[in-house]
Amino acid sequence: MAMIDIRQLVKRFGTFTAVDGVSFSVERGTVLGFLGPNGAGKSTTMKTITGFLAPTSGSVSVCGFDVEKAPLEAKRRIGYLPEGAPTYPDMTPAGFLDFIADVRGMTRAQRTQAVAGAVERVELGAVLHQPIETLSKGFKRRVGLAQAILHDPEVLILDEPTDGLDPNQKHQVRRLIASMAADKAIVISTHILEEVEAVCTRALIIGRGKVLAEGHPAEGGWRFGDLVAAPGRMDALFRRITTGASDLGEAA
Amino acid sequence: MTGTLSVFRRELAGYFATPVAYVFIVGFLLLAGIFTFYVGGLFERGQADLKPFFMFHPWLYVVMMPAIAMRLWAEERRSGTIELLLTLPVGLGGVVLGKFLAAWAFTAIALALTFPVWITVNLLGDPDNGVIVASYIGSLLMAGGYLAICACLSAATRNQVVAFVVGVVVCLLFTVAGSPIVLDAVAGWAPSVLVDALASFSFLTRFSAIMNGVIDARDAVFFASLIAVWLFANTVVVDANKAG
Repeated sequence: MAMIDIRQLVKRFGTFTAVDGVSFSVERGTVLGFLGPNGAGKSTTMKTITGFLAPTSGSVSVCGFDVEKAPLEAKRRIGYLPEGAPTYPDMTPAGFLDFIADVRGMTRAQRTQAVAGAVERVELGAVLHQPIETLSKGFKRRVGLAQAILHDPEVLILDEPTDGLDPNQKHQVRRLIASMAADKAIVISTHILEEVEAVCTRALIIGRGKVLAEGHPAEGGWRFGDLVAAPGRMDALFRRITTGASDLGEAA
Repeated sequence: MTGTLSVFRRELAGYFATPVAYVFIVGFLLLAGIFTFYVGGLFERGQADLKPFFMFHPWLYVVMMPAIAMRLWAEERRSGTIELLLTLPVGLGGVVLGKFLAAWAFTAIALALTFPVWITVNLLGDPDNGVIVASYIGSLLMAGGYLAICACLSAATRNQVVAFVVGVVVCLLFTVAGSPIVLDAVAGWAPSVLVDALASFSFLTRFSAIMNGVIDARDAVFFASLIAVWLFANTVVVDANKAG
């Protein structure tokens, strides 16, 4: 059974169509990368998977639960890092994570254990009792990540998890994602093409609300339909698919 | 239900995590004191009751309740945490209720801290403490009405100042609904049924009955249903505005 199953998803805001008939499914053990220019509909798709926005038409189900018909069942199984990793600035990471665990219905003992586990995975221990507003960008992002993985969810939706991090922090977050990949279905969105090569097992290129291409690792790099990008050369392929430019050169 | 309780606890603790709670409580007590002793003339009246104290509560609340409620939703929308909150396994109604109850509980704390006035009149004379208890309960109910209005308005904007100013205006309209300020503007063209209905919304009229020591079931039902209606409107407003 697919952990995430999206069929003919359409999301309109007034007359603007942000997501226009997207269908895909994600199995356990998959890290799916969402690629696409800004405004392509990546975040909107993620917001409908997590139940924040209701689809205009089409259906989204998570672990067999329709997000619209059984929202709480679906939300229990999802860990979500929204774009920009929003957190409550006047709380400490300890207080914030305890709050999230509390909302998720954990007992005191479970909370302590879950918070300790997540804090260890994202290495937050040093700043646990400092107000979040005083933390650096990297730490804030890690607080957001800790919140998402707190309840060991089966489905992880991470919207630009490495945005604004330094190279070391990026590497650390990618390692974290890779370490959790085996028993979860993970979707990440990113602008960084090397990130796809580093952590993803599948990728979708999205543009103007549609899936433009689906790719996976293949011999000699990543294969998107007929096109193959050599390692480190995905950006030319990305430009060709999203803008129609044909400077693909030797990657074709 | 557990989710509502967690939201309630976080919001209530949130007031005390910043200077907001202390500034508010000190301001509330100072203003209540000034109104009671200087404007209301508690001592000069020579009567052992708390009427000069309670009669200014509607006016105090018109300014203070929007201040308590303005950040409830506007801040979540501005910082983007609304996306986090509404993707947790809690129903929207539960979140709305938890936030409202936190603001109400905070108001109850501030109100409870006015107890020295009560002690004072008991030391100076022999007041009817039954009337005072009824007035306190009525005052808290009325505060709940103001808070429900302001919580809903807070969800309509991402700017706390806008939420505050609109809150003050709407609270003021509800306060004086039975007075010439509102009725004169309507009486000229509206049918008398509508004028009467409008007059019955007046917090001032409702509360002055309670201040005399009578908590009429109709007044209690009025405030309770007013809170329920505005909280329902709150869920609708949050749902309609969350994408933007």
